[in-house]
Amino acid sequence: MAKEYHTITQIAGPLVFVEKTEPVGYSEVVRIQLPDGTTRRGQVLDTSGDVVVVQIFEGTAGIDMASGVTFLGETIKLSVSQDILGRIFDGSGSPIDGGPRIIPDERMDITGSAINPWARASPREFIQTGISTLDGLLTLVRGQKLPLFSGAGLPHNEIALQITRQAKVLGKEEEFAVIFGAMGITSEEAQYFIKDFERTGALKRAVVFLNLANDPAVERIITPRLALTAAEYLALRQDMHVLVILTDMVNYAESLREIGAARKEVPGRKGYPGYMYTDLASIYERAVRIKNKKGSITQIPILSIPDDDWTNPVADLTGYITEGQIAVSRELYRKGIYPPINPLPSLSRLMRLGIGPGMTREDHRSVEQGLYATYAKGRDVRDLIAIIGKEALSENDKKFLAFADAFEQRFIRQGRNEERSIEETLNLGWELVGMVPESTLTMVDHKIIEKYYPDYRKKK
Amino acid sequence: MAQEKGTIYRVAGPVVTAVGIKPRMYDVVFVSDLHLMGEVILLSGNKSVIQVYEDTSGIRPGESVLATGAPLVAELGPGLITSIFDGIQRPLVVLQKKAGDFITRGVLEPGLNRTKQWSFVPTAKKGDKVEGGSILGTIQETPDVQHRVLVPPNVSGTIEDLREGKYTVEEPFCRLSGGTTLTLLQRWPVRTPRPYRQKLMPDIPLVTGQRIIDTFFPVAKGGTACIPGGFGTGKTVMQHQLAKWSDADIIVYIGCGERGNEMTEVLTEFPELKNPKTGSPLMDRTILVVNTSNMPVAAREASVYTGITLAEYYRDMGYGIALMADSTSRWAEAMREISSRLEEMPGEEGYPAYLASRLSAFYERSGRVTTLNNKEGSITVVGAVSPPSADFSEPVTQDTLRITKVFWALDTDLAHRRHFPAIHWLISYSFYLNTLEKWFDDHVSTDWKSHRVKAMEILQEEASLQEIVQLIGSDALPENQQLTLEIARAIREIFLQQHAGHDVDSFCPVDKQFKLLTAILEYGRLASDALEAGVPIGDILSMKSRDLLANIKYEVNFDEYLEKSVAAMRKEFQTVGVA
Ligand SMILES: Nc1ncnc2c1ncn2[C@@H]1O[C@H](COP(=O)(O)OP(=O)(O)O)[C@@H](O)[C@H]1O
Ligand SMILES: [Mg+2]
Repeated sequence: MAKEYHTITQIAGPLVFVEKTEPVGYSEVVRIQLPDGTTRRGQVLDTSGDVVVVQIFEGTAGIDMASGVTFLGETIKLSVSQDILGRIFDGSGSPIDGGPRIIPDERMDITGSAINPWARASPREFIQTGISTLDGLLTLVRGQKLPLFSGAGLPHNEIALQITRQAKVLGKEEEFAVIFGAMGITSEEAQYFIKDFERTGALKRAVVFLNLANDPAVERIITPRLALTAAEYLALRQDMHVLVILTDMVNYAESLREIGAARKEVPGRKGYPGYMYTDLASIYERAVRIKNKKGSITQIPILSIPDDDWTNPVADLTGYITEGQIAVSRELYRKGIYPPINPLPSLSRLMRLGIGPGMTREDHRSVEQGLYATYAKGRDVRDLIAIIGKEALSENDKKFLAFADAFEQRFIRQGRNEERSIEETLNLGWELVGMVPESTLTMVDHKIIEKYYPDYRKKK
Repeated sequence: MAQEKGTIYRVAGPVVTAVGIKPRMYDVVFVSDLHLMGEVILLSGNKSVIQVYEDTSGIRPGESVLATGAPLVAELGPGLITSIFDGIQRPLVVLQKKAGDFITRGVLEPGLNRTKQWSFVPTAKKGDKVEGGSILGTIQETPDVQHRVLVPPNVSGTIEDLREGKYTVEEPFCRLSGGTTLTLLQRWPVRTPRPYRQKLMPDIPLVTGQRIIDTFFPVAKGGTACIPGGFGTGKTVMQHQLAKWSDADIIVYIGCGERGNEMTEVLTEFPELKNPKTGSPLMDRTILVVNTSNMPVAAREASVYTGITLAEYYRDMGYGIALMADSTSRWAEAMREISSRLEEMPGEEGYPAYLASRLSAFYERSGRVTTLNNKEGSITVVGAVSPPSADFSEPVTQDTLRITKVFWALDTDLAHRRHFPAIHWLISYSFYLNTLEKWFDDHVSTDWKSHRVKAMEILQEEASLQEIVQLIGSDALPENQQLTLEIARAIREIFLQQHAGHDVDSFCPVDKQFKLLTAILEYGRLASDALEAGVPIGDILSMKSRDLLANIKYEVNFDEYLEKSVAAMRKEFQTVGVA
């Protein structure tokens, strides 16, 4: 039995300082026994012969200097087995759905070690989401990490759910298992997800970890790690393809900042800790495909970025780590367009591995390039009208303008349950590109133009 | 050096404090019973502070510490090429075989294979007087790389025994007077630059096959370049392009704090792609040093030193190395993280005050040199920089700009429009333009410079015209200015844009670059003449010529297609009376 200490010397913010202990391991799990009989959990942040610093997940309210501290001699583990599917846990991994405790197959360390880069396989299997803007311009592949960059009040949850419902790899039957990790979102939002999982039957192959807005903030540090540990179990031990939704990473980062401040660390930008890049990477880099293993982990983190300002460090560092970003645009949303995804600031870095002959279609890259360049020009023209008026536009400019409108209304806009095949998406793309003269499509390989550009097709 | 035992006093993340040892700064220390490798970074009173290259979870005060009395060294010898190492030169392929898909702690594996035999062919002979850098013989390391076996710096003598044969890296293959025996395996402390005879002028370009770089902002062999840009602007793609296509003999690619999948991409693509110079797989000239963003941060700090030491080793054989570091910002952040754990007084944005000096000491290890054996070798260093919020005024970008001679400024707006490479032509610069002029004169054309200058003028004019267009629209411009916009568009879209993923256009040799630009400028001249001759601008803009030019770069039979297109263009202009 581990020894209980009553040698707390200081409690500050989420941190408890304990003295005169036997040697305690870095990162070890800690149990605090409160006078009222309840317990809290924590983790060792700093350990020496003089003092041990413990961060408390559930907050320090109610802990007093006489509380008992026990060091459990191991790092945080998650109990996993096939039975986690269909279950709902709180943000530190205890079941909250009234179901039985998980009888573990295995207890996995939630920090996870770094994957050996040599063991990785390139993600390259196209996931059809049925959403044109994604499939056509921001293709998602299995094993990718592709966040939604959104803001307060925008329909990122709906988009995430539509992706979850419709995601499939063509020619493969396996359905995705879904891991949902919630950090600091409202219970209403959480219910919105869970109800949708129930309605569509996805809950059977889902695992939910909930840390809600009124749950302890420090606990948010471990919630995504629990979610990813469950994902690794399913993907790497059970050969499943797993889709992980983490929301909201901004709340996660705020907890990180809170702990940093309590430790009086030298802060980086906007008060976030200097090591936030590495910390976020230890989460995002757990999206994976491994050579000679069947399963995969695809991540869709959600960020509601304060003030829609992408220079915010959480968004900025996320963009530096993830394999692109999906920009949920307030401007398109205000125009009443769903899904309001603006492709221009968006990016899927792994797209080119998943598209082309044998995967989607040979013209995929060309139509993508044509749509991007033309939409960018169309928006420039739109800015111009504000100054010079529509009349002053050249003939070509008018065509670009018409394209931009049609692109938003017909390509970007689609129903919440509308599922377009990749063929439909690409064909629609060509139809729209056909609105501008061929000579403006310098970036597109002419051999493809001659095959797909509407004017040539008509001639045939 | 004698080994020494002590105990752990404190563990806080990657920083461990030990007592009971008296190491020197930067000595290697093994901490805990798990034997985690680390390096001494601060000595204070009886305490030694160690940055540990592996995760310290579960490590407790009181566990053992072993000071080795030696600094962090790289293993040098045949077998480095085609390898993929972590930041402290552990071979990742071997680690995966030994320990599985995840990197487990405390697994020590030497950088070089101990059992593989190498066929050594002597070029020196018994009785020769040799000194540091002298070539003793050669080993065909890969089809592309002939490994020259050198006498280590600081060693000299007369050869008493040297034989052809097969040797593992630890078997002595040479004996010098005084009893010194040499093995293929040598060691060198990574934080110490290797010696050379003399630095030379960097007056030969590193030809990269990237039009905007070679034509507008070239880098010299032995020079330094930086490539700052916000996320998604094309730093990594450009670094990969340089690693693939530049005419270096050997590539050292340091993946420093970036994505694991990007390394996988190199590992899957490079063995498939052919070196344009030799036809062998690109992997046959490549070394990877990798510390991905989720690998321990202290080893990230070490990775750039490991990488540049390997580069110097091959430079000393007389090779041209191109070293990519993606991203130097992650290295700087690793320094910042360690520094803040040491509670050092922070400088700007929390970076340690020695940031600038560390950066410049690193870039200073580049250069074109006369080696100790009087050959010519070079290391070109290209560092990616990842400024927070794409704000170039931040410390790492600014300190880097003060050191490097070429600045490829990546622009977020260009990237969003999918203008790639998103290198901004009005902000970027190269200080090598003048020194490299002669080479381009001799090897491509004496018009190289004048064409470049002309094209840049047009682009600059476009920028000022764009400001007016923003106010009045392009149709309100005088016709000759409308035409300038059109010619500038041709330069941007046909010449500057170059898609890394295109089979043909990904790599564009310099003579092709020159011919393409020549053709575009000719189009501009003909169009201007036509306008002056009274041809309506609408007619000029709707001519087929420009489209023809747009297609040439994608053609496998470039020269043939170019000739045809230029002939067609001249003919089309003849029909409106311009020759
Ligand atoms: N030269 C290029 N050709 C084609 N696409 C490019 C090029 N450079 C960048 N890209 C596109 O931009 C994306 C981001 O580039 P990347 O180099 O990963 O950015 P960074 O390293 O700056 O974050 C790539 O995935 C690719 O789609
Ligand atoms: Mg990059």
